[in-house]
Amino acid sequence: MAVCTGCSLLCEDIELVGGTSHAKNLCRKGWAHFQSLYTERTKPTIEDQDATLDGAIAKASEILANAKKPLLYGWSNSTLEAQAAGIELAKKIGAALEGTTSLGQCTLMEQVLTGKIPSCTLDDVRNYADTSVFWGADPSNSHPRHLSRFSYYPRGEKHQKSYEEERSCVAIDVRKSSTATLCSNYFYRLPPGTDDQFIESIMAALDGKIPKFGDKKRMIELGTLLRKTEYGALFPGRGLVYSLQEKMDLLQKLIAKLSEITAFKVVPMVEHYNTRGFNQLLLDETGFINSVSFHDGAAVHGPMQSMIEAARSCDAALVIGSDPLSSLPFGIARALAKKPLIAIDPRRSLTTDAAKVVIPSAMCGFEAGGTALRMDGVKIAFDSVIKGDMQSDEQILARIKEAI
Amino acid sequence: MVGAMEIYQLLPKDACKECGYASCMALAVALLNREKKLEDCPALLNPKYAEKFKKLKELLAPLENASETGLIIHPEKCFGCGNCVVACPVNVAAEPTRCAVGLGPQGEKVILAVEDGVVKCMNLKECRRFGPNKVLCNACTVTCPSKAIEFV
Ligand code: SF4
Ligand code: SF4
Ligand code: SF4
Repeated sequence: MAVCTGCSLLCEDIELVGGTSHAKNLCRKGWAHFQSLYTERTKPTIEDQDATLDGAIAKASEILANAKKPLLYGWSNSTLEAQAAGIELAKKIGAALEGTTSLGQCTLMEQVLTGKIPSCTLDDVRNYADTSVFWGADPSNSHPRHLSRFSYYPRGEKHQKSYEEERSCVAIDVRKSSTATLCSNYFYRLPPGTDDQFIESIMAALDGKIPKFGDKKRMIELGTLLRKTEYGALFPGRGLVYSLQEKMDLLQKLIAKLSEITAFKVVPMVEHYNTRGFNQLLLDETGFINSVSFHDGAAVHGPMQSMIEAARSCDAALVIGSDPLSSLPFGIARALAKKPLIAIDPRRSLTTDAAKVVIPSAMCGFEAGGTALRMDGVKIAFDSVIKGDMQSDEQILARIKEAI
Repeated sequence: MVGAMEIYQLLPKDACKECGYASCMALAVALLNREKKLEDCPALLNPKYAEKFKKLKELLAPLENASETGLIIHPEKCFGCGNCVVACPVNVAAEPTRCAVGLGPQGEKVILAVEDGVVKCMNLKECRRFGPNKVLCNACTVTCPSKAIEFV
């Protein structure tokens, strides 16, 4: 059995047939992830010229050693082992560390990891949850097996009849997503940016008051469903986080209210396979889950260490397993693109194309093993499934640290 | 999916009964159920209906791929999410420790499984919509987020 690193569900029941030519149980997204083993692979380059791996690593080490304010960015597509090596490297060279969620799920994840909002494992969801709420998330596309493995369709210890009678699924979104089509009666469509008003409306309905926002009858229906829920699971996606922005405390209030009535747990729908791992590791190490700087030795976190600030003020950046130039907001991406970039990535991207030094690495889950935290914090270990001579992120980072 | 009315509109509508049915509408239903072929309507073979014949052929083409249970799979639409795999009662009965709890099947007795990222269909005669005791099961279609499974 192999593990898929295509998203943060880290599905463990993947059966390979004939090397990697056929795979059972891998969803379409996972299959595409698998196929990318053979396309758009990177090769070692220095300033767009072909180089040797040793040469590229030496050049990267030189750039980082000479930088006064280096930034190490990415980490959500790296194993826990590589992330630990990254933290060590940051300490050694006094760098800033940034994960890919600093502008997104970070606040929510912090509240989960520090126990401020209740969370549970996806296995608990499968066994006990009778209501799953997808808010600003469309798992049918982003985490295709979420509903079938955990949140709606499987039978659990307490739910032998599952979706037919014992589980309800709610989708709250600005559009009728693929997931929403499966929630028929409980799809709530919101005008963009009105999630805060919707939260207040649910709270009113829970209190037995007349909700001010939305269709009153349907809001009361939702309130009734949530009230009679025995074990609820809320899966907030980026849609909700971006809509609420500074009003995240509203969500906290809603969860507190729901928790008074019944057990209600939150599992943030992070995307990349080890996003949560990086947050957890950094929290254990420094007390902060993201945006930490070691410039002056000790770990510092604050507005000056925000991603926006870090991209502007750094004088070199190492980007690992991510593509900030295409995923970050344009202003920050542009600031970053002007810096000398080092990219460690198995696959080509806009960032590797723009990077001064490119270091190809093994694809985790296929060519390299390791461990990672699933979106619910459960640790999943995997081995490499094919023999390759590529070096892993962890090995490359160790070599850079040694060279510096 | 094509409906009987749509088929009927393209038939000659002269109720000649040569196909063995009392009306063209009855033939339309039979065509939809794949009990008759277009060629069973002699009037339709008249060159003046050539255009309509061609259209009907196109309309009915997807039905030719339908299995005996009327199940049609559109692999190009499938997400490989496994909802149908986990919901199908035959799958659940065949693999109570896997499909029933959300995992992909291991054995060969299931009807639906995901391979190379898309759903694959086998052992169709086990499907509850098939055979003398058939029931109108629709677990695989109502759980599909992409309409990749349909019944004729
Ligand atoms: S759901 Fe995610 S982890 Fe599971 S097979 Fe699909 S892409 Fe891979
Ligand atoms: S109709 Fe029912 S028994 Fe037949 S494949 Fe679909 S879910 Fe399974
Ligand atoms: S046919 Fe539909 S339910 Fe089945 S795996 Fe494909 S997308 Fe999912």
